[in-house]
Amino acid sequence: MNRRWLDANPWIWSLLGALVVWGLTAASVSGRGAGETLSTALGFATFYVIVGIGQMLVISAGPGNIDLSIPSVMMLAGYLSMGSMHAQNAGLALGVAIALGVGLAAGVANVVLIRGLNIPPMIATLAAGFVMQSMTIAYSRGSTAKPAPALLEFSLSHVLGVPVIALLFLAVAALVAVALARSTFGRSVLAIGQNARAAYLAGVAIPRTMAAVYILSSLLASVAGLLLAAYSGGASLNMAEDFLLMSIAVVVLGGTSIAGGQATVAGVWTASLFLYLIVTMLNVLGVSAGLRYVVTGLIIIGVLAVSKGRRTA
Amino acid sequence: MPPDAMPAVAPAADLPARRRRGSARVLLPAIALVAMVAVIFVLQPRAMSYNGMRILLGFSLPLMFAAMAQLCIIAASDIDLGLGTYIGLVNSLSALLLTDRPLLGVAALAACVLAYAGMGAFIEARRLPSIVVTLGASFVWLGLALLVLPTPGGASPAWLSALVRIKPPLVPLPIVAGALLALLGHWLFMRSSYGVVLRGIGSTPQAVQRAGWSLLTARSALYGLAGVFGLLAGLVLTGLNTTGDANFGAPYTLLSIAAVIVGGGEFFGGIVAPVGAVIGAFIMLLTGSLLSFMDVSTDWQLSVQGAILIVVLGSRALQRRRA
Repeated sequence: MNRRWLDANPWIWSLLGALVVWGLTAASVSGRGAGETLSTALGFATFYVIVGIGQMLVISAGPGNIDLSIPSVMMLAGYLSMGSMHAQNAGLALGVAIALGVGLAAGVANVVLIRGLNIPPMIATLAAGFVMQSMTIAYSRGSTAKPAPALLEFSLSHVLGVPVIALLFLAVAALVAVALARSTFGRSVLAIGQNARAAYLAGVAIPRTMAAVYILSSLLASVAGLLLAAYSGGASLNMAEDFLLMSIAVVVLGGTSIAGGQATVAGVWTASLFLYLIVTMLNVLGVSAGLRYVVTGLIIIGVLAVSKGRRTA
Repeated sequence: MPPDAMPAVAPAADLPARRRRGSARVLLPAIALVAMVAVIFVLQPRAMSYNGMRILLGFSLPLMFAAMAQLCIIAASDIDLGLGTYIGLVNSLSALLLTDRPLLGVAALAACVLAYAGMGAFIEARRLPSIVVTLGASFVWLGLALLVLPTPGGASPAWLSALVRIKPPLVPLPIVAGALLALLGHWLFMRSSYGVVLRGIGSTPQAVQRAGWSLLTARSALYGLAGVFGLLAGLVLTGLNTTGDANFGAPYTLLSIAAVIVGGGEFFGGIVAPVGAVIGAFIMLLTGSLLSFMDVSTDWQLSVQGAILIVVLGSRALQRRRA
């Protein structure tokens, strides 16, 4: 493995980390349930991956771009979709449509605030998140928020021990990776991230591309909210708590440049697995929640410090 | 770049103009605050008294200190997404230790401030994005708080509870404290000579460095200051709640950012307004009271706060386009 190959494939580090942590976990329970651990980790990590891909697209579009509304979109989409399903399969299509509608509306709102009103993305997505969060809180009073049985079953189903949602978003990740490398849209995102002025002079459709990036991020967050609410048997107000940090952490740990212009889709997957497996390992070791948070935080900062950082915000 | 972003190099002839623009930055939030208070007084005349104001503004104390802490970070064109959990950590530590083991408590709290200054040095030395470092740190603070205080508990030392309940003559404590804090911040950032350096690293760090100042020292100083103000926020929170909870501090991250921005601060360029930040803290706090006096569920408080942010920043961007 030469140096240049490593630089081009930064996801290899988080993959190594994930493997080491998995090995340690398996060793501490003397090999029993190692496959099960991995299967569970794949399932949980999928939720980090879904929001991570959206956050990655946003961050890749250059300095200052970030989506802080992700947890609020997840919550709102989770609640509204569960609420319209009434735990009936008949409500499934409506529920899914509502979740996607929430994602689309949130994305458009973010775009209007950022591009239309010229508000910095950080505060625009924060403010939009505030509004959505309070809508969710108001809505959550007296709603059932239970998933349709079919959706619950789908979110928990496995093929050969691998969760179906993991397979689905492996495919989505591959699609995004190809799109970034080959399609006009992907090339445009990275070009804007590297140098917006140069991209503009080269004729890149900046408004359209930026709008697509933020709408995609919100749409992915709404799908994550829908699936997570189903997966956990119902929406809850604290279900998306950790997803703000995690969405950013998996992007950065995976090797995507925080300065923009360079994205690593594979890294979103490996970093998600890595972070989730760490939580699993600490759980297996019987460590308290407090120590788990400390270790997770230190790892994020530590990995960031070791990898080459460039200040943006 | 607007002229008030580069105070160190702007020609002296611009001074009155810059002053005027600086005060306009604070004027808008001040008018908004007066309007809010007026509406509250009309809706609930009983609030227009010493005790009414004291109750209305009680929880502005932790928020104004949190806003000042966030302002220190934003002055460096950074952002602190871990401030809320840091305040929760201070809240937990002070509730657990200050009554029974005051020496250990003081040492632990001093270590917190040092950790903040260290975080600034770390960010400067490794040239890291503050947003990710402080997000990671937020997990560390929360974890530490849960380690020292797994379930809500502890007690506020008597002196602290007494301190936040002082009744100064004529004007209630939150207003006195707000005025003093605003003056202190204004002197620190806008009047003292080192304040120019501190704001300078947020606008033109190269110029600051070339003038012979250490960026490492300046950023550490800003983060250390943020640590001190965050510490004060956590302490008054302990005094007000008379107990500790690792999760009490969480809302202050976003509220403090909102207070600084509403108060006239900008994300980039070291443009901050300490007086405005205190006013912004009052505005953010009063949204809750305003809603409850208008018989709207406080479920919608976050929406109103979000809307305020959008209106303020949207109108600021419009102004800039016209100028």
